[in-house]
Amino acid sequence: MRILLATCVPILSFVSGGRVKFISRRCQMTSIADRVAGPPSADAADARDATAAPVALPAITLPAGAERELRLDLFRGLALWLIFIDHLPNNVLTWFTIRNYGFSDATEIFIFISGYTAAFVYGRAMLDAGFVIATARILRRVWQIYVAHVFLFTIFLAEISYVAARFDNPLYAEEMGIMDFLKQPDVTIIQALLLRFKPANMDVLPLYIVLMLFLPLIIWLMKWRPDVTLALSVLLYAVTWQFDLYLSAYPNGFWAFNPFAWQLLFVFGAWCALGGARRMSRILSSPVTMWICGAYLLFAFCVTLTWHLPQLNFLMPKLIEQWMYPITKTDMDVLRFAHFLALAAVTVRLLPKDWPGLKSRWLRPVILCGQHSLEIFCLGVFLAFAGHFVLAEIAGGSAAMHFVVSIAGILIMSGMAWIISWYKHSADKSASKKKGAVGNADMAGGGS
Amino acid sequence: MKSNPLALLGLTVLAGFLAVAPARAQDAPARTQDAPANCEVPAYLLTTESTLPKVENALKSGGPLDILVVGSRSSTITASEASAYPARLQAMLKQMLPKVTINVSVELQVKKTAEEVATGLVKLVEVKKPTLVIWQTGTYDAMRSVDPEDFRAAVGDGVTALKEAGAEVVLMNLQYSPRTESMISAPPYLDNMRVVAQQYDVPLFDRFAIMRHWNDTGDFDLFSPSHGLDLAKRVHDCLGRALAKFVIEAARVDPAQQN
Repeated sequence: MRILLATCVPILSFVSGGRVKFISRRCQMTSIADRVAGPPSADAADARDATAAPVALPAITLPAGAERELRLDLFRGLALWLIFIDHLPNNVLTWFTIRNYGFSDATEIFIFISGYTAAFVYGRAMLDAGFVIATARILRRVWQIYVAHVFLFTIFLAEISYVAARFDNPLYAEEMGIMDFLKQPDVTIIQALLLRFKPANMDVLPLYIVLMLFLPLIIWLMKWRPDVTLALSVLLYAVTWQFDLYLSAYPNGFWAFNPFAWQLLFVFGAWCALGGARRMSRILSSPVTMWICGAYLLFAFCVTLTWHLPQLNFLMPKLIEQWMYPITKTDMDVLRFAHFLALAAVTVRLLPKDWPGLKSRWLRPVILCGQHSLEIFCLGVFLAFAGHFVLAEIAGGSAAMHFVVSIAGILIMSGMAWIISWYKHSADKSASKKKGAVGNADMAGGGS
Repeated sequence: MKSNPLALLGLTVLAGFLAVAPARAQDAPARTQDAPANCEVPAYLLTTESTLPKVENALKSGGPLDILVVGSRSSTITASEASAYPARLQAMLKQMLPKVTINVSVELQVKKTAEEVATGLVKLVEVKKPTLVIWQTGTYDAMRSVDPEDFRAAVGDGVTALKEAGAEVVLMNLQYSPRTESMISAPPYLDNMRVVAQQYDVPLFDRFAIMRHWNDTGDFDLFSPSHGLDLAKRVHDCLGRALAKFVIEAARVDPAQQN
């Protein structure tokens, strides 16, 4: 039940009018806002008091209430599904992934929401328990992600070794050279442990690890001056583009997701979580913003259309093409970032946080996946490997089989999310007396 | 009321999408009599805005047309070079333009990045003096995950060098290789080759899209690990066929008039 309660967190909310009015109206509507450790069953009057009284905090305002913002879970769950589908060979479901309709894709959503929830959870920890404790908890989380990454790498290695031993197709003699790394496992495995050897599809977690490592610093700076922190992040992004900063990889090349560039989304997410979203609410609620976002989304859609239907290419002015392309994912092109912003702005406008559909059974699987994102992300990467394997070794590459594999993967992800949720819920029941709200912080976003 | 403009926008987008859908259906595969039934290529994959005036001249004056294919290992089939696409290209061109003298030679640059190949291109052209260079590249760079920016610069340099040496250029991108998709990240290299082709106004033979089309339509099962030499030969035959059409199309020559 606790999960289903709404909160006072004004995430990218669109409300015109003064702030005080806004706060009280919101909270009346959403009815429950417990004071940090307060029981979820706090009555409405109590909740109103808690939020109507302005809480004096240094520079950031953490909204009261450790309840979940279901829209975050929904979209993170959706991002996980889309990432899984994007990692599989093309099939019918691929047409439902947002990368086909604009510049940005599910990775942007995932990183932004991760920044948001991580800052929300650990920002609170930093206010409540101090810098050292919060840092320690973040590092514990980093360790979990690292272990997850190594686990996935092991599975990847198993799959590749199997394929390398059997694959014999003269057509792809050159491409098979990619498996040469198996000839020097000593170097390869060590480089993988150092996060420098990252097979395709396995580069999101290393990015996440690096971003999380800097989270204590980010939150600490945000406590001091949120806007300055965001400005620094933008500066780092600009410097990255200007001087071509990157992290090198093994055996050569670079990180497929450049952390120097992608940090912007993560920090922006954190900034939104720590009060930025509310301060932006006036801009976001303006119809002008909506029109700009809509126009940009339409533009991106039209451009993307010319990729899928090359026969429309002649409609694209050459000058625009030369200015625009390539739209790099590695350095998170500013067009991608802008596309994500527009998408987010339109989404929060169209989907109010108290939309009843968020509690419907039909969205439950997505939301559950979003709530256990680290586990489900890893499972998704594994299932993508497994899906490739099934298609190649057993089922053949027919379109119908691709579809079946995708659907099966999503069902497995949802089922697993449900099991994890059930397990945590049961475990919580017996442990909640001991642990209380601090223990729940992981669950309320998990920073994952 | 507030959401009206957005609803309108949504409808517009939807309408636009629906309007385009039939267009897509119409110009699917352009059927030609001479292609074997199992490897048709949609017309849009064989058209290009860029032209090859020198090739056009050579074809119209009866030759000779010297074509040099510079490529990596995917430009050949081990132990069966005569079945690889360069040889098939020559055969197809001769079949389509029987009156023209056409020579296709191959220069394999195995395990070299675009940058390494680009530096040697001028020498090759000086020796062989081809009218047209078909440069197949990108695979090794993708496998080594070379910085896409560097890759783009290298391909651009190579194209410039070839043009300055007096040859015309057709770029050819990577193979569609579904089985190694989880290991080799092709998209950045495909994108950058497209950018270079646009920037320098050279035709790009989109081998990746063509092979993916064959796989999607079921002409070839490129997924299965157990195919032998036969599949490779058939795919290369079809690639040579498509490439011949593409070169003739880029040269703006109508084979029917030449015969």
